[in-house]
Amino acid sequence: MSPSLETAAHPQGLRRVAIDPVSRVEGHGKVTILLDAANRVQQVRLHIVEFRGFEKFIEGRPYWEVPVMVQRLCGICPVSHHLAASKALDRVVGASPVTPSADKIRRLMHYGQVMQSHALHFFHLSSPDLMFGFDSEVNRRNIVGVALAHPDIARKGVLLRKFGQEVIRATAGKRVHGTGSVPGGVNKHVSADDRALLQRDVAQMTAWARDAIGIAKQLHAANPALYDNFGRFRSNMLSLVRADGALDLYDGVLRARDAGGKILFDGASDQGYLDLIEEEVKPWTYMKFPFLKSLGREQGWYRVGPLARLQNCDFIPSPLAEAQRQEFIDWGKGEPIHAPLAYHWARMIEVLHCVEVIEELLADPDILAGELMAEGSRRRSGVGVIEAPRGTLIHHYEVGDDDLVTMCNLIVSTTHNNQAMNEAVRSVAREYLDGHELTEGLLNHIEVAIRAYDPCLSCATHALGQMPLDVALVGPDGELIDRVVKSAQGGFRHEGGSPTGLPA
Amino acid sequence: MTAPLLVFGWGNPSRGDDALGPLFVERLRAALPPTGGVDYLDDYQLQVEHALDLIGRQRVLFVDASLNGSAPFEVTPLRPVQDASFSTHAMSPQALLQVYCDLQGDEPPPCTLLAIRGERFELGEALSPSGQVHLAAALAWAPTWLGPAATLSLDLC
Repeated sequence: MSPSLETAAHPQGLRRVAIDPVSRVEGHGKVTILLDAANRVQQVRLHIVEFRGFEKFIEGRPYWEVPVMVQRLCGICPVSHHLAASKALDRVVGASPVTPSADKIRRLMHYGQVMQSHALHFFHLSSPDLMFGFDSEVNRRNIVGVALAHPDIARKGVLLRKFGQEVIRATAGKRVHGTGSVPGGVNKHVSADDRALLQRDVAQMTAWARDAIGIAKQLHAANPALYDNFGRFRSNMLSLVRADGALDLYDGVLRARDAGGKILFDGASDQGYLDLIEEEVKPWTYMKFPFLKSLGREQGWYRVGPLARLQNCDFIPSPLAEAQRQEFIDWGKGEPIHAPLAYHWARMIEVLHCVEVIEELLADPDILAGELMAEGSRRRSGVGVIEAPRGTLIHHYEVGDDDLVTMCNLIVSTTHNNQAMNEAVRSVAREYLDGHELTEGLLNHIEVAIRAYDPCLSCATHALGQMPLDVALVGPDGELIDRVVKSAQGGFRHEGGSPTGLPA
Repeated sequence: MTAPLLVFGWGNPSRGDDALGPLFVERLRAALPPTGGVDYLDDYQLQVEHALDLIGRQRVLFVDASLNGSAPFEVTPLRPVQDASFSTHAMSPQALLQVYCDLQGDEPPPCTLLAIRGERFELGEALSPSGQVHLAAALAWAPTWLGPAATLSLDLC
């Protein structure tokens, strides 16, 4: 078996298969697995088509339109793009820092976003797998099964998410298509009525967030062999941290650690991200592979998101979540935790932290009154970095004298995690691909590994009829041994014929 | 005040025919006199909390672009179905109805899916010519679903 499985050692003996998107619409994952004559796995690749062409879509637009337009990147976390773009363009209009009111209202919006996104992920998507195991019968591996076994969990998940949405509405102006954040600040305060409405429910949200962490911990304790090892690989980790090392999801400096937990760099300005990170292009996928320049292409790849953030920071600046983080760190017994399934546990600790931050900000009078906009000397370019629900999100713009965007560069969290997701799928293929039939069980194991990262599948397009996952198995003579496609409704079908499109 | 009818379209306005759902909602809202009998909602995509928007309705019309349905549109009744998506970035209307059942412990209101056939979904594209034709046909059908709530004297197209 090829050690890395990214590229077969002797590809001449293996057929290059081409995988065609099931439709022209982007938005699904594709996995290709190549076998040798002994049916051993020689190559595994995860293809995710994402954000192709978005930079060109933005270039040429007036800069003040950008924070609104970029929300169309993602229907799950539009606020993250809204705020990352605003932060970058704050630099362009010379509003750095923004006013205290603007900073706190934006933070409130962002923590509401992260909280609701995490709640959706855990309660609706991942908890069925986690609670019943990946091999449970399909008709129990769903939210209904969770609801039956834990009758309150689905309701808690929906209402936690609803609370986060209400935070966004109170700060962004609308539940969707928000316009609250603009280059230089925000355009409205939080109303006293909205604040009272949110404050009424905070205590309940805190209790539910603690319950969710309890579920995650129970799962790890019940089956540590599975939770500590499934899809596991070691990697570097990257995130923003506050200047004093605290967890900060809205702003900070860049810090990276190696797989052993040693700090690789710290205190790096987000404006200089290009000095730290480079993106590699590979011929078999549209999505790039970022890596830390200091370590190079082979050793420099990393992962981002809750698992990285909780281990990259020195502490969480809210007491309940920090106590939970300590327990999480202790689970690693002195070593960084690299298990993908630990993302879920980390995610729930962040939900609790978000609720604590929201409660603190709701009590701050600056969200009700104070200067909303700052201004300063105009600059030609700006970078905005934020910790989105799935990880570090970078927006970089250059703006001409005519106010039109001349350059746009986005590195989203799914791109940062590209190599990590590929590694997770390879780990699963090594462990679970037995023979040359793609079973529903194997497909589900692959899904569980990908789901831990919850990649953004060019997500704002979801026409009916789309197939979200496509897995192909290719033999040594190039024959397509098997191909399975799974629909969003759970339909699982084998398809014959050789697809065309991207090289394997 | 919750209106008895809800028209809910979703899609990305910046991706060609993916805008068919939100455009249907926008044009219907503009054409129909505000009687208080119909609520309108649009979003980029379906999310679990949209189940809460179904509470208290008599009927709901879901509207989305379709990749492979019949042109110009298909109309089908919806039933709750357990979701099996592997991503938070996709949710079916059937799965949303299942969430409603889980939350409310009851059957959802009668829900109908209007799937308007789309052709082009690339970022930055406008509605395709065929998408425009299909949208017009769907809007012309709208009074059939709205029933007495529709006093459509305006040009829906």
